Amino acid sequence: MIRLEHVSKVYKTSTRPALEDVSVVVDKGEFVFLIGASGSGKSTFLRLLLREEVPSRGRVYVANFDVARMARRRVPRLRQSIGCVFQDFRLLNNKTVAENVAFALEVIGKPRNTIRKVVPEVLELVGLEGKSARMPHELSGGEQQRVAIARAFVNRPLMLLADEPTGNLDPDTSQDIMLLLERINRTGTTVLMATHDHSIVDSMRRRVVELDLGQVVRDDARGVYGVGR
Amino acid sequence: MRASFVFSEVLTGLRRNVTMTVAMILTTMISLTLLGGGLLVVRMIDKTQAVYQEEVDVNVNLTKDISANDKECTQDTCADLRERLESDPAIEAVTFENRDQALVRFKQIFEAQPEMLKLVRADALPASFHLRLVNPDRPEVISQTYSGAVGVDSVVDESEFLERLFSAFNGVRNLTFAIALIQAVAALLLISNTVQVSAFTRRTEVNIMRLVGATRWYTQLPFLLEAVVAGLVGAVLAIGLLVAGKVWFLDTVLGGVFASGVLSPIDGLDILLVSPWLLLTSIGISAVTGYVTLRLYVRQ
Ligand SMILES: Nc1ncnc2c1ncn2[C@@H]1O[C@H](COP(=O)(O)OP(=O)(O)OP(=O)(O)O)[C@@H](O)[C@H]1O
Ligand SMILES: [Mg+2]
Repeated sequence: MIRLEHVSKVYKTSTRPALEDVSVVVDKGEFVFLIGASGSGKSTFLRLLLREEVPSRGRVYVANFDVARMARRRVPRLRQSIGCVFQDFRLLNNKTVAENVAFALEVIGKPRNTIRKVVPEVLELVGLEGKSARMPHELSGGEQQRVAIARAFVNRPLMLLADEPTGNLDPDTSQDIMLLLERINRTGTTVLMATHDHSIVDSMRRRVVELDLGQVVRDDARGVYGVGR
Repeated sequence: MRASFVFSEVLTGLRRNVTMTVAMILTTMISLTLLGGGLLVVRMIDKTQAVYQEEVDVNVNLTKDISANDKECTQDTCADLRERLESDPAIEAVTFENRDQALVRFKQIFEAQPEMLKLVRADALPASFHLRLVNPDRPEVISQTYSGAVGVDSVVDESEFLERLFSAFNGVRNLTFAIALIQAVAALLLISNTVQVSAFTRRTEVNIMRLVGATRWYTQLPFLLEAVVAGLVGAVLAIGLLVAGKVWFLDTVLGGVFASGVLSPIDGLDILLVSPWLLLTSIGISAVTGYVTLRLYVRQ
């Protein structure tokens, strides 16, 4: 599903590589935590998968896409097969919950009938069925993140990338979000989540890939956060 | 492509940025009005030139004596001169115009300017022969031949006057085009700036669109259309201004000149013919500017 081969990334404006000789394989349906100190390259890793950045060296494969080399005009297809969630939710403040979710389908040209059908379904899945007419500012942080997850998942992507999705949430709310991500993972969707949150990683006991200064220093099938450090 | 989606995005964009939109429309309008005005002047020059090319007249003005006393050109001096002119192989046609007829024509030309009429008394106008030349390119030969002849007061070569007239028109045309060009540069920069501002104010939307896999058409078409719609509105206003200018300025101020046939008038058809070019120019320029701006400044 995801394969990085000897990937290095050096940003133009910096001297130290953000990623250095990273090789990682993630299979379909896996749930993987990407951990590491601030600046270790977690977000860079995720951006490479989305073709937000191209690697300086190495190859990146996502599904059937040769991400680094594919033609620019095919990038939208790649991104349609990936859902994204971020720490800061990134909702449109002038649209309702339902409109925010529908927006993701409208802009990729989905027919109106489909949108009318699947938006309520996914809102139910994330537990927001009664709040579809609310504006984002009328929701709690956890609820806003649910909207973001609904938007990322509504097109049934092959994988979900989450960059510190619980970074702005309290522990209880974070736990709810994790349950939701697990549920999505159980539908067969690959989930890759960058996080700093020890307790979450420790309690979930999933695969952990740890980055340090851009290099993979650990890859445990059922890892915890702080081992060996 | 969902048209309703793009359409509502365009409207939102234009509304969000009202002052910029208005500035963009007005600049485009002025630029295009000048361009259209220039094109109309070109058309007027062409038409007028075509009329005169066919009949470049040389006027042989007769002396005061003949003008006052020989209304039908029957006395010797005048009749001899007429005969000489009519038998000249370089002259195709000769028409006699007496003082009364000259006054009628004069009144017609300056119908709209009664002050002019008051200034001129009937006996100031000469009787004359209007000559149509076989070869309109060489009026100076005729003027040399007949300048000193008996009964001739002066020979007026219309082509000289016309040349001066046309060079004045060409000057006006060039000036109009130059100003139109400067305005066009201003319009271009405004369009580019508006597209950038528009893309910036909607960066959150655009980023989300990019992330969920919207194609370039979806992310950028609204901005492009915003520019094109503004350009289109500017062009329509410019055409409106040209029509208004014709009705309220040209037709009232220069109506008499047109009626006399000295200048060929600009009519509705001329504006109709110029309009598509204004629309096309506007759409083309705004679309290209928008596209290039998006390429240069907005990340795909
Ligand atoms: N656009 C950029 N241009 C230049 N350098 C960058 C850019 N983005 C990230 N970096 C650098 O690359 C390195 C890795 O950054 P990255 O954002 O991937 O880290 P991270 O692990 O996500 O950190 P955090 O946990 O704080 O989010 C850092 O040293 C950062 O300064
Ligand atoms: Mg990060």
